[in-house]
Amino acid sequence: MTQTFSDPDLNTLSRTWSGTHGDEPFGHLDLRLTDTCLRDGSHHKRHQFTATEVRDIVGALDASGIPVIEVTHGDGLGGSSFNYGFSRTPEQELIAIAAETATRAKIAFLMLPGVGTKDDIRAAQDNGGQICRIATHCTEADVSIQHFGLARELGLETVGFLMMSHTQPPEVLARQARTMVDAGCQCVYVVDSAGALVMEQTADRVSAVVAEIGHQADVGFHGHENLGLGVANTVIAARAGATQIDGSVRRFGAGAGNTPLEAFIGVCDKLGWTTGVDFLTVVDASEDVIRPAMPEECRLDRMTLMMGYAGVYSSFLKHAGNAAERYGVSGAQILLEAGRRGLIGGQEDQLIDIALLLRSEQDKAAAGS
Amino acid sequence: MSTGKKTAAIVGPGNIGTDLMHKLLRSDVIEPRWMIGVDPTSEGLRLAAEHGLEASHEGVDWLLEQDELPDLVFEATSAYVHREYAPRYAEAGIRAVDLTPAAVGPAVIPPVNGAEHLGAANVNMITCGGQATIPMVAAVSRAVADVGGVSYAEIVASVSSMSAGPGTRANIDEFTRTTAAGVETIGGAAVGKAIIILNPAEPPMIMRDTIFCAVPPEADLDAVVTSVHAMEQAVQEYVPGYRLLQEPQVDGPSEATRGQVKVSVFVEVEGAGDYLPPYAGNLDIMTAAAARVGDEIARSLR
Repeated sequence: MTQTFSDPDLNTLSRTWSGTHGDEPFGHLDLRLTDTCLRDGSHHKRHQFTATEVRDIVGALDASGIPVIEVTHGDGLGGSSFNYGFSRTPEQELIAIAAETATRAKIAFLMLPGVGTKDDIRAAQDNGGQICRIATHCTEADVSIQHFGLARELGLETVGFLMMSHTQPPEVLARQARTMVDAGCQCVYVVDSAGALVMEQTADRVSAVVAEIGHQADVGFHGHENLGLGVANTVIAARAGATQIDGSVRRFGAGAGNTPLEAFIGVCDKLGWTTGVDFLTVVDASEDVIRPAMPEECRLDRMTLMMGYAGVYSSFLKHAGNAAERYGVSGAQILLEAGRRGLIGGQEDQLIDIALLLRSEQDKAAAGS
Repeated sequence: MSTGKKTAAIVGPGNIGTDLMHKLLRSDVIEPRWMIGVDPTSEGLRLAAEHGLEASHEGVDWLLEQDELPDLVFEATSAYVHREYAPRYAEAGIRAVDLTPAAVGPAVIPPVNGAEHLGAANVNMITCGGQATIPMVAAVSRAVADVGGVSYAEIVASVSSMSAGPGTRANIDEFTRTTAAGVETIGGAAVGKAIIILNPAEPPMIMRDTIFCAVPPEADLDAVVTSVHAMEQAVQEYVPGYRLLQEPQVDGPSEATRGQVKVSVFVEVEGAGDYLPPYAGNLDIMTAAAARVGDEIARSLR
């Protein structure tokens, strides 16, 4: 089934996960995959996961051979709030259930400095979390220094997320990645939070980060589908040297969803890149376990396309929709204004302010006509 | 040279200390006489000397060796430094207004509990996010006290990256913890939560804060709105650029809020532009609140 290209470089990865880490415990992996439907998908689910859903999804993903499964409130530890939405089930309980359920996969959790705290990291580790993923806006990496320090002290594996990577040129991302690695981060992800990167832009960014930290740490890529480029961006990221790859089975993530992991796994099979995941098993999991837990499919529509087009943080989707409905204004207009204002991850509260301004403009226009 | 004013030293000639100096120079009751640092090349020390203060780079030890000691000291260094020197200020009978997160003394939000701790040896200004948001939590709390109060309050502070200094960045957990504690103890919420966002947009965004409060459904919401507007005016007395962006928003009881009503208050804090640029309202509200508290302490010492 493997595709061969006339240019052999297209099949050969310059960097592989096992090349850096050896073959344990999943055998040889060219790429190490993380499924994030139980974290990024929390946005799409409006943070309403039940214990049963988490148990079933972790069981199915673990059985397919996915080596890392991320479980947390969509906005990371401590994200349950008015601003981001309250969790139906406390995230620490969900992390504990995931850790009990997984037989091979490691459980990862996300935290955003400014939202969660070091105490939350300690609790997540006590509940069985093994990989601490710390996310900052891609110009603010220095707020994560104390958290990487703690995570390493606790013996956790560490990952850093440079969110909204489309907003900064490659050299800025490389410098920010350096800050994270110096603080103890073992893998820096280029995170396309808005699904706004277009292939070569992804490659440039991943390459710059590899050049800066590749001799000391791994590089990862986390994509979104808002312009339909999740798989394409991920393939080109792997070719540029990313060895840790995020996605969500059935795209179950914020905005138009994440890179559909099962599709990417199929592509890797065709390219001859080893992921350790059984394609047919993960496709069954997508259909039989993941889909039933989703409120609806993640899809490209007016709102999600607007996010990729205007470069808007994917998790704004549901909040912009809520504000649009509450105040009778256009959700797409809210998102465009969010892009114009340069809002970043975490500023969901400002969407209400935008909706109120649009409302008052509408009212004025109506009164004047 | 008795001006009838109380004398003050500012310790820490950085952005905060320098901005505070400009505010104290306008005070009717405080004379800022000393600026204390540790770096002879400090721009803040140079500016202080230019404004007629005695500027020293020999630190607090130098200050405490002088024949004449200040009545008040404003600490704008770091929590670590303030914890070290707080006992010595107290020993020397110098009142301390602490702009670091050290929290040695009781926390003060001028329009909420400004009068309660005028006798304390040391008062703490919490955080910039706390100064900007706790007044509004308190405004909602007082309006719903008769029906059980605010069960939960959450504040989201968005500040320009340019205005978040290395101290804030290295200790962002301290910000969220200290602010959340203030939301409870001074704001009056049973449970408090704080979130901070650093936004790098250019041109820099003015500080914005959102305050969400969960209140009982039987609360008098007109009284809440009136109280919020009154608090806006009270803060404007010392921070003219503090303003509501929108009318307070009320969302009816829902499952997610366990049957409570959500009140949302949106504010913007534009700084006075004394030394720091106007977008840095987060820093302005700290120095303005500290100057306000300092004035009240100075008056009480007369």
